[in-house]
Amino acid sequence: MRCGFCLPACPTFRETGIEAESPRGRIALMKAVTDGLMMPDQSFEEQMSHCLGCRACEPACPADVKYGQLLEQTREAIEAHTESHRWWVKPLRHVVFKQLFPHQKRVRLLGGAIRLYQQAGLRKLARSAGVMKLLPVHLSEMEQVLPDASSKGIVQKIGSHHPAKGTKIAKVGMFRGCLMDMLFTETNIKTVELLTEAGFEVVIPDTQACCGALHAHSGEMKDARSLARKNIAAFQAAGVDYIVSNAGGCGASLTEYDHLLHEDEQWREGALWLAKRVVDISHLLIRSGKLAAAQPEGQPIRITYQDSCHLRNVMRSADAPRKLLRDVSGAEFVEMFEADRCCGSAGTYNIVQPEMAGGLLARKMEHANATKAHYLLTSNPGCLLQMKLGAAKHGDGQMQVQHIVDFLHERLVHNSSDKVKEQA
Amino acid sequence: MLQETVRQQLLAIVGSDFYKDDPQSLVTHSYDGTPMLQALPDGVIYPASTEQVSAIMKVLNTHRIPVIGRGSGTNLCGGTVPVEGGVVMVMHRMNRILEVDLENLVAIVQPGLITKSFIAHVESLGLFYPPDPSSMAISTIGGNIAECSGGLRGLKYGTTKDYVLGLEAVLASGEIIRTGGKLMKDVAGYDLTKLLVGSEGTLAIITEATLKLVPPPKYKKTMLAMYKDLYGAARTVSKIIESRIIPSTLEFLDNATVRVVDDFAKLGLPLDMEAILLIEQDGETEMVERDIARIEEICRSEQAHSVSIAESPEEALKLLTARRSAFTALARLRPTTILEDATVPRSKIAEMVLEINRIARKHQVTICTFGHAGDGNLHPTATTDARDKEEIHRVEAAFAEIFEAAIRLGGTITGEHGVGLVKSPYLEWKVGSAGIEVMQAVKQAFDPHHLLNPGKIFAKQSRKRVVLQHG
Ligand SMILES: Cc1cc2nc3c(=O)[nH]c(=O)nc-3n(C[C@H](O)[C@H](O)[C@H](O)COP(=O)(O)OP(=O)(O)OC[C@H]3O[C@@H](n4cnc5c(N)ncnc54)[C@H](O)[C@@H]3O)c2cc1C
Ligand code: SF4
Ligand code: SF4
Repeated sequence: MRCGFCLPACPTFRETGIEAESPRGRIALMKAVTDGLMMPDQSFEEQMSHCLGCRACEPACPADVKYGQLLEQTREAIEAHTESHRWWVKPLRHVVFKQLFPHQKRVRLLGGAIRLYQQAGLRKLARSAGVMKLLPVHLSEMEQVLPDASSKGIVQKIGSHHPAKGTKIAKVGMFRGCLMDMLFTETNIKTVELLTEAGFEVVIPDTQACCGALHAHSGEMKDARSLARKNIAAFQAAGVDYIVSNAGGCGASLTEYDHLLHEDEQWREGALWLAKRVVDISHLLIRSGKLAAAQPEGQPIRITYQDSCHLRNVMRSADAPRKLLRDVSGAEFVEMFEADRCCGSAGTYNIVQPEMAGGLLARKMEHANATKAHYLLTSNPGCLLQMKLGAAKHGDGQMQVQHIVDFLHERLVHNSSDKVKEQA
Repeated sequence: MLQETVRQQLLAIVGSDFYKDDPQSLVTHSYDGTPMLQALPDGVIYPASTEQVSAIMKVLNTHRIPVIGRGSGTNLCGGTVPVEGGVVMVMHRMNRILEVDLENLVAIVQPGLITKSFIAHVESLGLFYPPDPSSMAISTIGGNIAECSGGLRGLKYGTTKDYVLGLEAVLASGEIIRTGGKLMKDVAGYDLTKLLVGSEGTLAIITEATLKLVPPPKYKKTMLAMYKDLYGAARTVSKIIESRIIPSTLEFLDNATVRVVDDFAKLGLPLDMEAILLIEQDGETEMVERDIARIEEICRSEQAHSVSIAESPEEALKLLTARRSAFTALARLRPTTILEDATVPRSKIAEMVLEINRIARKHQVTICTFGHAGDGNLHPTATTDARDKEEIHRVEAAFAEIFEAAIRLGGTITGEHGVGLVKSPYLEWKVGSAGIEVMQAVKQAFDPHHLLNPGKIFAKQSRKRVVLQHG
């Protein structure tokens, strides 16, 4: 089916207007390669890596074409054959995919190393010595918005078991995420606090691994599958009712474990078990209905929200975060034009496709600035970093970029259940 | 690939970014919205102005290279598949609104403009451009004109042809012609504007259009009528028209279509209905209220199971948007979806629906039907599997009979999607051999070397469909 309904939804098509840069075009290319009509040459590979993987084309498609799966299969095939990545991409990917993300401990070690580098004044030294200038511009720009990394993850800091406050609604397993746990440990901790406050018992199985999203999106399927098995085992052992994620990208990839492992007889059922239980933090908070957030009196603020593509297009959750934000008293929620469009972060996309990512970001920030919001909130670490970069590059210095969890936590009204009752 | 000298001439006209013949560009311009058709062009070119189009045409004419005009490739008749190779000319860069003349209520636009952007713009100025093909979020004004597209509002407001007042176009020779203008009346010679509308890229490349705008309706109301009996729904359509009510929209969806549309749009429609009518009336408040009340009466007299009115403009829009996805949504059922476009006089809708169902049963194929029932334009759509050759034969046999039935009831083989490649074998059934001869003579006058979209409209023996015997 080649109706083209997906075209207007696709950010890369919007940027270029070229059929090959559209979902319909990319599918045609994939099919042409499968049919032997076209060689999987370098331009084909480039086109496949041009795709953000944001999957905005999926909800737009009335025929229910599973574009994400087609893309993953194609990238897997490319990965199996290719020699032609740019010289620095291949080794970088090797380190990232094989050495780093599968091993939570190493991620934390890296966190420690980054932290050391950040604290020991090395950062300053390196910046003044112009070391950063040696890196491609977009990488050094990124470096400047990275928060302080941590060598201790959430479990090291607060332990892995947290009882619910008040009557317990359900038992929730927390998916901590690698980037989240390394760069945003505090956000993870606040996630737990929000959840326990809302009436959920939270456990954080320490044997969980990376979700495998980056691997799967880059065609490293074998690694993605083995990570998935680890996670299934970890959460099944914990016997949880829900698995909560605070990173749209990770959450989405967890919900697709059933597809990832559909050919694996031994793990198929476990994958389905896990996929069915995954929810985003915003959903649980809404479902509990116990939390209330309020902006301290006297300082009315304006907030806006940038969707995480995978939270929206794969987990199909666009309403819950908005509902939470609209309910913050003393704050005005302003919808940003095209909040549903990819910000250009897209996993490692902003690192390997700086031009397209830069274009998308510039446009995104135009719309963000137009809201005149004090806070720009997101639900995914990749988007968070990208938006921080955007605010630093294109902002007027007035807008703060935060994870929705941090924002809500700061404004949490304690004994909120009473408050809610009072209001009711 | 074109000869190097020709390539160089084309590159000199548009620059290296806008003439492409890499495998990627060729593959992505080898198809359009039509299923099961594909052919590679020799090159793809993106002109930015009428002058460039003219210069390109001169080069191609000298070397006798075919050219296929292309908007967004959403047509469903194989209209942009480059079956004889040549250069696909993509009009996307020529996408500006050149003028909105608020005194004369006309707009002048370039052909690559997306229909929906145009509609949104004129609506922001308090005006109205009614033609709204279901593909309007993607299709271009140029493509709409070349196919004479109709839409959900066609019944009351007419189709694209009723809104094109003037055109600028480039002939195969590279010469530029202008037809019509901002005038509401013009009888100076043959009406070349009307001739170019619906010419499917076979007579000239359209480079500019003057379009008529109208004041927007003040008020509208949207309703859904649901039926357990298909025939009752179809009869309601004929009866509404008979009672001299012309709703702005009167759409028909059968059970299978309702199911897939609901699955996509999550409307919560009842899934046990045999048919649903989506009806909208617009205009002065009183008239709308009166018509809607009368329509409701007619629905009930035809045993509608229930009738409901959309609560808000958003709900109405959601219903209309969902209806627009019907064709694509049907692809959920089977791997291949083949949509046809048979049209009958409005009084014959009920008969035609029964005929379609009878023919589908006879050939043992699944045909879902939906369409712009109010203007007699039905889209019987086969859900099938292209890999099953035997089944595809049965589908083709069924469609041949459906066209026959349409013509027998005083209808036609296509109401809005055009002839293109896929309907060309049937054109003679509708217009007769003398009709074909006149059309070919017109083609000869505009395009003596048959360079503009060759292989379309006029069938060649070799490309006939499997089922061709008449009767
Ligand atoms: C989901 C879906 C729903 C649809 N619904 C409708 C509907 O409700 N009503 C309807 O009428 N059609 C409908 N169509 C068919 C199609 O969208 C229309 O025919 C549309 O007008 C095509 O526009 P386009 O820009 O995609 O043109 P294309 O498909 O690119 O081209 C169509 C024809 O126009 C020619 N052409 C394009 N631009 C020019 C130009 N500048 N000069 C000369 N020739 C040119 C091409 O050569 C071709 O023959 C639908 C299609 C889809 C996929
Ligand atoms: S992917 Fe879906 S929306 Fe896009 S062309 Fe195919 S059927 Fe249409
Ligand atoms: S995933 Fe995003 S960028 Fe890729 S084709 Fe779909 S919409 Fe376009």
